[in-house]
Amino acid sequence: MSVAKPDDALRVYGVDLASRLMVGTSMYNSPAILADAVRASGCEIVTVSLRREAGGTRAGQSFWDLVKSLNVRVLPNTAGCRSVQEAVTTAHMAREIFETDWVKLEVIGDDDTLQPDVFGLVEAARILAGEGFRVFPYTTEDLIVGQKLIEAGCEVLMPWGAPIGSGRGLNNPYGLKSMRAHFPGVPLVVDAGLGAPSQAAAAMEMGYDAILLNTAIAKAGDAVAMAHAFKLATQAGREAFLADPMSPRDMAAPSTPVLGRAFT
Amino acid sequence: MRVRVIGAGIFGLTAAYELARRGARVDLVEAKAGPGLGCSFLAGGMIAPWCERESAEPIVTQLGLEGLDFWTRQFPVAVQTGSLVVAPARDKPEVERFSRRTSAFEICDGPRIGALEPDLARRFAYGLFFPHEAYVEPRAAMKALALAIAEFPDARVRYGLVESPDDDAGFDWTVDCRGFAARRDLPDLRGVKGEMLILRTRDVKLSRPVRMLHPRHPVYIVPHGPHHFMVGATMIENEEPGRVTARGMMELLGAAYTLHPAFGEAEIVETGADVRPSFPDNLPRLALRPRERRLFINGAYRHGFLLGPALAKRAADIILDDVRQTELLA
Repeated sequence: MSVAKPDDALRVYGVDLASRLMVGTSMYNSPAILADAVRASGCEIVTVSLRREAGGTRAGQSFWDLVKSLNVRVLPNTAGCRSVQEAVTTAHMAREIFETDWVKLEVIGDDDTLQPDVFGLVEAARILAGEGFRVFPYTTEDLIVGQKLIEAGCEVLMPWGAPIGSGRGLNNPYGLKSMRAHFPGVPLVVDAGLGAPSQAAAAMEMGYDAILLNTAIAKAGDAVAMAHAFKLATQAGREAFLADPMSPRDMAAPSTPVLGRAFT
Repeated sequence: MRVRVIGAGIFGLTAAYELARRGARVDLVEAKAGPGLGCSFLAGGMIAPWCERESAEPIVTQLGLEGLDFWTRQFPVAVQTGSLVVAPARDKPEVERFSRRTSAFEICDGPRIGALEPDLARRFAYGLFFPHEAYVEPRAAMKALALAIAEFPDARVRYGLVESPDDDAGFDWTVDCRGFAARRDLPDLRGVKGEMLILRTRDVKLSRPVRMLHPRHPVYIVPHGPHHFMVGATMIENEEPGRVTARGMMELLGAAYTLHPAFGEAEIVETGADVRPSFPDNLPRLALRPRERRLFINGAYRHGFLLGPALAKRAADIILDDVRQTELLA
């Protein structure tokens, strides 16, 4: 048995991660369910949105303490930020509160579609990387944007599967495969838009390095069970990718020779 | 039996009423100038045990049914016209999701919604009607409860009085209903910020609470006296009371405007923000300190009016009958 190689860690910004699932912390029915779901997911990284909870002071402290008590690495995010300045300010605040230079960078172009503003994203990434932040940019599957993010200093790219919270899965499998092929050495994380574990498995089978999601777990009828289901699916997809899945073919491939016919 | 109840918010009032009704000599003290001036003042007052199941544990529905009985029969100040759940066409999946999590509703098409709420006719094509649910006007309900408590022969209600919970002053029991102020005694209590506003318009009439579903900003609109509507409430993991944000107001007003454009011309009568005292599982607790003969009722989260009566009954069971059968006891 060679499954689940112990050395199959994902290395991001010099940190080795055994789990390839990252989980968001918002929209759960209660912090108690959030804690159980994080445990069930086996994740080592959770994202935390700062903007809403911050208020004018450090009034979100109770919730942040709760997140810290989960004993996982916190990846603060700039969710909902609409401008470069807002995203940069939020990142600064996050660094102070969570004592980490990791930041999931979101610059949102439009409150309705929640599409990333890739122009602002590249600009904010350049500023933050220049200040020593380890930037995880939430982006589209556009290859040139990806290139510019890497030039800006990002060592990981996080393309969307589908619009945030839509649960539509992998909207553009071709685009995601191209991205994988175009950035062979860069850790790629499918972030946002997944609704079902099968979609996470599909992304991992394509060779994506990890999955980041929130709504699909938080809004499931049983968030804890769904967190575990995503853990299994992410792991299954990863193992399948490493096992080199067969290529599809047009004709049936009989596993025993068919007598009387050549080459079948 | 002499029982002191500290705090005249919804938990303190329902507890004091139940204890007095069952024969205790109740002394209700409140630091503010009147009843229900803490975070209960900003409550929506929906008595919606079935709707709440969408995001709450089954016990909330179970205990909420006792709350419904209390507000409609035992202390009948509620209006029982049901509640309506709608969503803009693009958010229909949210209504479907809501329907999978809840029960005791009727699926409504556009004409049925128009029949229930004529002002919403032709505005929504799909919704859910929960016919047995009710709502109270929270401020009037709390005043009525406070007056009813004061009428019990051995009861006393006092305002503007800060009393140390540690000084038992000859009481057999203290029931501590100070909400978020009891935080030092209940370390896992946290605050969940909520913002609300009240609109006044003669151009819209609603006969019942309406919930507008949205993936990020679900909002409810509750009739709040003649021509008044309460719009609530944001949910933010933040313990900053009092500060009403532009973003919060935009979410609430946006939802009201989507429900009916006439809300765009309504007068903003009031805005408010406070924190909901909540435990990590967002369920309330009866925290018993037998040696101090003190019982905390806390953690209302957003279910104070819905669950207050059931918690009051269990608190009275503990204090008056020494019956401790409730899963909410800590």
